[in-house]
Amino acid sequence: MKKLRKNPAISNLLMVSPLAAVLFVFLVLPIVLIVIVSFWRATEFSIIPAFEFDNYAFLFGSPVTYTVFFNTFKYAAITWACTLSIGFTVAYYLAFHIRSQTWQIALFLLCTIPFWTSNIIRMISWIPFLGRNGIANSTLMSWGVIDEPIEWLLFSDFAVILAFVHLYTLFMVVPIFNTMMRIDKPLIEAARDAGANGAQILWNVIIPLTKPGIMIGTIFVVTLVMGDFITVRFMSGSQSANVGRLISNDIALLQYPSASATAIVLLLTVLLTIGILLRFVDIRKEL
Amino acid sequence: MGNQDLELVAVTKRYGATVAVDAINYRFKSDSYTCLLGPSGCGKSSTLRMIAGHESVSDGSIVLAGRDVSHLPPAQRGTAMMFQNYALFPHLSVLDNVAFSLKMKGTETAKRHVQAREMLELVDLTNLAGRLPDQLSGGQQQRVALARALITRPQVLLLDEPLSALDPFLRIRMRGELRKLQKELGISFIHVTHGQDEALALADDIIVMNNSVIEQAGPARDVFNAPQTQFVAQFMGGHNVVALPAGHFAIRTDAVSVTEPKQGGIEGNVTSVEYQGTHVSLSARITGDQEVLALIPDATFFADPHYPGDRIGLHWDANDQHKLTA
Repeated sequence: MKKLRKNPAISNLLMVSPLAAVLFVFLVLPIVLIVIVSFWRATEFSIIPAFEFDNYAFLFGSPVTYTVFFNTFKYAAITWACTLSIGFTVAYYLAFHIRSQTWQIALFLLCTIPFWTSNIIRMISWIPFLGRNGIANSTLMSWGVIDEPIEWLLFSDFAVILAFVHLYTLFMVVPIFNTMMRIDKPLIEAARDAGANGAQILWNVIIPLTKPGIMIGTIFVVTLVMGDFITVRFMSGSQSANVGRLISNDIALLQYPSASATAIVLLLTVLLTIGILLRFVDIRKEL
Repeated sequence: MGNQDLELVAVTKRYGATVAVDAINYRFKSDSYTCLLGPSGCGKSSTLRMIAGHESVSDGSIVLAGRDVSHLPPAQRGTAMMFQNYALFPHLSVLDNVAFSLKMKGTETAKRHVQAREMLELVDLTNLAGRLPDQLSGGQQQRVALARALITRPQVLLLDEPLSALDPFLRIRMRGELRKLQKELGISFIHVTHGQDEALALADDIIVMNNSVIEQAGPARDVFNAPQTQFVAQFMGGHNVVALPAGHFAIRTDAVSVTEPKQGGIEGNVTSVEYQGTHVSLSARITGDQEVLALIPDATFFADPHYPGDRIGLHWDANDQHKLTA
């Protein structure tokens, strides 16, 4: 036994094996299963193991697929733009305008308070606010800003994106804040010494040095939004669809092979998107 | 040339209730190398940062070339600063780091690169223009920082402990280069340091600061040779501070010679002897429980050696005895 432990090759192997086993059982195996099932044949009442491309052929042959994928990208892109601008501003304020570390930590924790409740509850709580006779509409009417309720506040793309932004902005704030805190303060002084004004410092020093954080936040937000189905269902009142909903509908109808095929295409799409994103920025420094 | 001097007039820095710099007055000579010397927390860095404009002046004013610059932004003062850890932009190449201030001014790329290359030539780094700061050694990073500061054509270059991040060997080489560069450029360098040897090696003038005030200022040789206060004598090193009936005096350790007892003015017992190569350092206890250090050339010492416990006489010239005011 002692001899075994002394052998570095064996002890290394023992050390990586728990994580490897967990990843294999809970990540690799399920994906392999999904890949296999995606080639099976399904009828209205049965699922037959097979190896055929019917599911994929149907998926790529249907115009619905393209609309839904387009919708998914649209949600991801708009949510990304909103979370990035809010997240960057919040992180910038926390990192560069709050001088005392105590306040920095206090305000940072304040940002996380909404995350003490579940996603679903935070999402549903928008419904009474945005509804036809909800708080937003009645307040605006009582102020005389509008004469009749705004219809597109709830059960619309607006509501979906609002909920996404609300749910996922923190995933942008945290990595950006983290990267910003690592920027050496003398660098800002050096820039000012060289005659840079506030906007020039932001553009030439802070943004380039925050890129890895922005990229990590982007990966979080894009993958979360692209894989989501429940937010879209609740906030659009089942009027819009994204790929997640397509899969969930198939599962509800017990069409597992078709759901698997869609899941695989979505997985590849997301991986491709991240692959392209990583081409732009080297995030290894952050890890 | 006109009046290019930098002058501090009752410059004060307060942080809340604490006073970091207490109403200091000083006139820096133009084209000179001045060292701000003192222990940490003495206010030397705050003074430098106020001159640079990275710290607001609580009271008093900073006048450069006849112009009150106390409240101008850093880049409009005619000063440039070299930061302690160089603060090079890690995402920019050496060339772009040096050209940064020109880019901020809106100089077009080709033109600013030509100028930046000229600066890199001055600090002998042309062949590394494409590297990132991470890929340079400490000494090379320092030259880049120097080039980046000098490209703004400052009247005064401010250096905040520029040599502290380097190893001892490089430190000595770089200080020679700094000195040479100052002579070549003919501008004022103000250099903050806590090392007295560095200050002595580099400076025309030394300002010794302690407890937020200037303790003593003047030509390097005067400050070392004739310290006015006990603090300066001890901080500059190489001095004995002795309390005599007429008051406190500073005597350079190498001005003390050892004689037979009864011959010299003061008698004492040898407490320790340390061989230091060119010199022997001998310490003796004299009346009043005071320690006096004598630095004796090794040949002189070994011609007539003394050992711990010996009774000896200590002698020095009246000219070497400097009265301390505090």
